Amino acid sequence: MSTTTDLPLVHAVNVTKSFHGNEVLKGIDMDVRKGEVVVLLGPSGSGKTTFLRCINQLETIDGGLIWVDGDLMGYEDRGGTLHRLTDKRIAAQRRDIGMCFQRFNLFPHKTVLENIVEAPVQVKGMSRKEAEVRARDLLEQVGMSDKPSAYPSQLSGGQQQRVAIARALAMDPKLMLFDEPTSALDPELVGEVLKVMRDLAQGGMTMIVVTHEMGFAREVADRVVFMDGGVVVEEGPPSQVITAPQHGRTRAFLSRMRQEEQAHARAVAEVVSAESAALDDAPAEE
Amino acid sequence: MTTPSTTDRPGKIDARPVRHPGRWVAIAVILVIIAMMVSSAVTNPRWDWGFALEVMRQNPVLEGLVKGTLLGTLGSMVIGVALGVVMAVMRLSGNPVLRGVSFAYTWFFRSVPRYVLLATMGSLGYLYPVLDLGVPFGQAAGLTFAQVDVNALSNMLVFGILGLGLSEAAYMAEIARAGILSVDQGQTEAAQALGMSPGRTMWRIVLPQAMRVIVPPTGNETIAMVKDTSLLLAMSITTELFFQTQAIGTRTLKIMPAYVAAVLWYLVVCSILMVGQAWLERYFGRGFGAAPQKAKQELTKIGADH
Repeated sequence: MSTTTDLPLVHAVNVTKSFHGNEVLKGIDMDVRKGEVVVLLGPSGSGKTTFLRCINQLETIDGGLIWVDGDLMGYEDRGGTLHRLTDKRIAAQRRDIGMCFQRFNLFPHKTVLENIVEAPVQVKGMSRKEAEVRARDLLEQVGMSDKPSAYPSQLSGGQQQRVAIARALAMDPKLMLFDEPTSALDPELVGEVLKVMRDLAQGGMTMIVVTHEMGFAREVADRVVFMDGGVVVEEGPPSQVITAPQHGRTRAFLSRMRQEEQAHARAVAEVVSAESAALDDAPAEE
Repeated sequence: MTTPSTTDRPGKIDARPVRHPGRWVAIAVILVIIAMMVSSAVTNPRWDWGFALEVMRQNPVLEGLVKGTLLGTLGSMVIGVALGVVMAVMRLSGNPVLRGVSFAYTWFFRSVPRYVLLATMGSLGYLYPVLDLGVPFGQAAGLTFAQVDVNALSNMLVFGILGLGLSEAAYMAEIARAGILSVDQGQTEAAQALGMSPGRTMWRIVLPQAMRVIVPPTGNETIAMVKDTSLLLAMSITTELFFQTQAIGTRTLKIMPAYVAAVLWYLVVCSILMVGQAWLERYFGRGFGAAPQKAKQELTKIGADH
């Protein structure tokens, strides 16, 4: 397609979406360049997760259009008329877009290794052997190479999320979507997942991340987009949006987040001190 | 009362367990009842155990067991499970026509008693003596490829298996639907996000997890089906366990021992099935906590304590 080179990797124009008459997205425009890391911030209900799910068509949009790498998502433009794609073709469009979920959603009936090789073998038709070699590399990358034959239920939340990242990477995606990847984790497990994501960003992966981790946004994001009430309120580099927000809504949200972050830090400190205290108290066993 | 000493730290607990005198009373009562039953079974010559065992070994009985009862169960459950899963998937599909067909199917076959269904199917030859296989409405143009004599088919085991299978599919559809719905929506989303098509998502991700919920009631259905094969008689199918034992009973006027023979065979078959069911549950429960294994460890631990 001739337009491919002109377009950024993700090009969303005037995206709208309603659930049961409740308009969640009210005309979102967003461009994400190749290699860029964009963090979506915003209070719950602001539509950031919905927008993320619209990008890979887990939600169908009511209005506007989204292109990913030059492909119009969910539709085909035949001579000016849009035709809805079949489920199979939408599935094919999703191959190049990796996604990580808040609740990990690993396949519980499959081992770690089976989780990762499933899509390359079933969708891409890769040989099982080849897929397993690649899966072991990916497990190494996310620091999980010691547990290829564990079932997800035997892993901690942080370990599960790292496997989920490896599973998404196994399809060699051009774009990675993260939907609050650390929100379901115990405080002391957040760091290991963020580290994997940071490495991924440094490796040049294009990422769109919905998160409340302000530290991650500050350090890793190229651009922060603040959403509220289904619209983009403001966007820019983290130094601008987080440190010197222009809008009242952004300021209010950030100060609330800072309070939560402090409470969170206190909670972590308590957990750590309680654990070390417990270790001190424990009698030495034979 | 002893005051806890500050220097002496309590060690491993060695306490007297709670006594359960009620259990010993119950054991005594049950033993007496069992003794009464055994004594009557041994002393009442009308039980005629020797004859019952002999009936169990008769060739027509064995043939009825293998064909009507075992093969009948296997065949009808294969049809029932396969068609039931299809019906469940149809019921949950986005296509309103498929949903409607599935609903109508389940409604019809759940409403008709199995015995009545088999009897009715056995008489279909009255309505359609001959079944033409060919192009719809093409008989006049000679587009019939094969003909089936329905009257000849109506008392064949295949037809009975079909009848039981169709009926079973309605129940299996409900079981499979519950199983599919029990799988977290996030599983479908994760599979979709990886680019898996809806069919592959269902087959590789959702159904294997649904099996964990589907298997236990399916085991019950299978065991129920073993017993329901005795209804094949409604279709005049006689190669079936109960009819054959009963026939020997009527012929020899030893009806009760013949019935006992049938009961014993049903007990044997169903016991074996229950073992198989337990194995299947363990297989499809993999990855969902180690509950059965834990229970087993617990049991061996208890066993080691005594």
